[in-house]
Amino acid sequence: MQLMKFIKSLAYPSEMLPPIIEEEESHFDPETVHSSAKMGMWLFLATELLLFGGLFAAYAIFRAKYPVMFLEGSDSLDVVLGSVNTVILIFSSWTVAIAVQAIQENKIKLVQVMIWITLICATIFAINKYFEYTYKFSKGIGPGTDIFYSIYFASTGVHMLHVFIGMIVLGIILKKTYQGRYSKDNFTAIEIGGLYWHLVDLVWIYLFPLLYLA
Amino acid sequence: MTDHHDFDKNYLENGKGFKSWFFSVDHKRLGVMYLWAIGVFFVLAAIASFLIRFEHLSPGQTIVSAQTYNVLFTLHGAVMVFLFIVPGVAASFGNFLIPLMIGARDVIFPKLNLYSFWVYCAGSIILLGSLLAPVDTGWTFYTPYSIDTGTNVIMVTFGVFVLGFSSILTGINFIVTMHKLRAPGLTWDRLPLFCWAAYATSLLQVLATPVVGITLLLLIGERYFGLGFFDPAKGGDPVLFQHFFWFYSHPAVYIMILPAMGIISEVLPVFSRKPIFGYKAIAYSSLAIALISFLVWGHHMFTSGQSKLINIIFSVITFAVAVPTAIKVFNWLWTMYKGSIELSTAMLYSLAFIFLFTIGGLTGLFLGALAADVHLHDTYFVVAHMHYVMIGGTVFGLFSAIHFWYPKMWGKMFDEFKAKIAFVLIFIGFNVVFFPQFILGTQGMPRRYFNYSPEFAFLHQLSTYGTWILGVGFILMLYVLCRPTGPASANPYNSLSLEWQMPSPPPTLNFKEIPTVNDSTYAYGTKIEQEA
Amino acid sequence: MAGSNPYKTYLNIFILLMFLTFVTVAVAQFDFGALNVPIALLVASIKAGVVALHFMHLKYEDSMTWVFALYPIFLMFLLIGFSATDIFTRVTN
Repeated sequence: MQLMKFIKSLAYPSEMLPPIIEEEESHFDPETVHSSAKMGMWLFLATELLLFGGLFAAYAIFRAKYPVMFLEGSDSLDVVLGSVNTVILIFSSWTVAIAVQAIQENKIKLVQVMIWITLICATIFAINKYFEYTYKFSKGIGPGTDIFYSIYFASTGVHMLHVFIGMIVLGIILKKTYQGRYSKDNFTAIEIGGLYWHLVDLVWIYLFPLLYLA
Repeated sequence: MTDHHDFDKNYLENGKGFKSWFFSVDHKRLGVMYLWAIGVFFVLAAIASFLIRFEHLSPGQTIVSAQTYNVLFTLHGAVMVFLFIVPGVAASFGNFLIPLMIGARDVIFPKLNLYSFWVYCAGSIILLGSLLAPVDTGWTFYTPYSIDTGTNVIMVTFGVFVLGFSSILTGINFIVTMHKLRAPGLTWDRLPLFCWAAYATSLLQVLATPVVGITLLLLIGERYFGLGFFDPAKGGDPVLFQHFFWFYSHPAVYIMILPAMGIISEVLPVFSRKPIFGYKAIAYSSLAIALISFLVWGHHMFTSGQSKLINIIFSVITFAVAVPTAIKVFNWLWTMYKGSIELSTAMLYSLAFIFLFTIGGLTGLFLGALAADVHLHDTYFVVAHMHYVMIGGTVFGLFSAIHFWYPKMWGKMFDEFKAKIAFVLIFIGFNVVFFPQFILGTQGMPRRYFNYSPEFAFLHQLSTYGTWILGVGFILMLYVLCRPTGPASANPYNSLSLEWQMPSPPPTLNFKEIPTVNDSTYAYGTKIEQEA
Repeated sequence: MAGSNPYKTYLNIFILLMFLTFVTVAVAQFDFGALNVPIALLVASIKAGVVALHFMHLKYEDSMTWVFALYPIFLMFLLIGFSATDIFTRVTN
């Protein structure tokens, strides 16, 4: 019986997500669960910051070591595409913030529209990135070309991975809004899913000037 | 999944069979499963180490080839570090005890807890899967060799990366649990010291693990995509890998030892019948260790070609981290002073911990001293030092916990006398294995070498004989633990902490009513105890 | 949460972030020499701070959350600081 449940949950990965996403009856009162989930998410964001911290550390050291290489490298990146992507991500962060506010006022429709917009923004971001990557590859530039491109591909690649994870999380939340799972008394998942998305934005806010402009 | 909210059933009886365990969100069951898992990996890695020692019975080839030897010490190191000792005490006893000690029905995210265990299982399968093409880099995966070697580095490092998630999620779970679920009246300055230690450990797990995560991802990227961070040929810096690696792995040393220190702080007052001495000092020193441990990683790299300036800085700060550790040792000693000491098996292991860990800790200061380290680095002195800390410290702490909480965990008693014989064998065996290695190291025997010159033969052989005593001790201990003598009462040691104030083994949901805590957990031999 | 109309606040925050993005790109057109990166980081940090405080509601969180949010930044500087101290004070033969 449980095995069946398990197999089924493999087919629907949303069932596999941590309880911070999926609410169920618990031993603890809702207020505790809510504040705990937020605290847990902030701790998780701390680990994410440090994950990128390693990349930022590598950036700082190699930039100081090879200033000319970094200047030439960042000149070769497309500032327009980078700027567009920055605007897109900040815009999507805004829509998520609205969604979190809206669910607290029980405006489910608004929540759904906002998360849809966020997902579309994320997709555009990914497509832009795809064009950037393929353009670089077509010119024979790859992760192993020099240290600058190592940094560029490693950090934007890891960031891209986070965009995809964020899209999955938001997608699951969106699906559940249609199932009527959330209300003004039950919005923890949207709030911490939103926190995760803001982090994706936050990291990009640093990556953009460091890679494209500096 | 625990649908039977039944307080009459204890957690062991609540469901039978593999599925009722593997899908259980009960923190006690998860703790027991972690205990089994780390036990299995401990045995596996121990077998590797017995083979390593057997190989050193004579110079040159004894039983295995040089390449097999490289694989064996890598396997021993990687399994012991990433599968046994890092999850180790924190995941097993942390899971089992924290909710009981703070008066909660479970950890705050029970499902996440289960997922962490699954992730741990997945990570260990990946890591062991690399045995198909075994790795020969040593558990530290130093570049540039780990980029060049033809062995399965990607798989092992990916396994470690996955295991990191388990570590992080468990850490988050424990931290939030201790913030949000403490019983009424259980203020931070009444929190059992094991919880303090687990809190500090969790902080390290959360804050240090991501850095090794990205480091190993980059290493995989170097091998797979040709990134150049650690490759001198591409302008990278192989020592940078060591910086990143030890930024995690030095705090990880405290991930390994802190929970064991917590256990000692629980066991000593019970068997000394005295309140713990310097409660606040012990509690805060755990946090101090967690904070300072991030500042000293470079002392692993004194001979790596690091700059002189940074060598001196790291050497100086290293001495600072000894201070909170020493604070703990002195407080433990004062806890026992004029106490009514009962030498139970758990107490014996705890006493051995203090003795052996002090040796391990002090020799660590020799290594932290720049001038001495240049001579001792990468010799058997380092091997002996870290085993005195890891076995003499963590493993003895773990054994102390296994014996101390045995009645609570299984609801049964064990044969104290035979267990003490096992302790004596393990204690003697351990010292026979590792004390000669201090001497070998000072004489210049390098670590990880397949061969050695004939003048080292006697000490090497002595060390190998020691492993046989140690092995017999382990087997006897296991035998004793597998043969319980009878049912245990709720509180066989008259302990005051919360987990002993409930039936053994605990009911599935721990507390029918969440208790209110009015006093310190350590009021042994005082008025409060007589009233209790 | 606070304020009369949160949607209006969020809109203002968004406009502010857009303005700061413009500033990011604009200052990059001038060469400040060694100050290029610090200036870029300063603007980025202001943006990040605005996102964290308002969009992520750090403004309303308790002190423990602030610790969890800020401590990793300290650790990151530690990692950069010590590694860089090593790499740039090495004596090469």
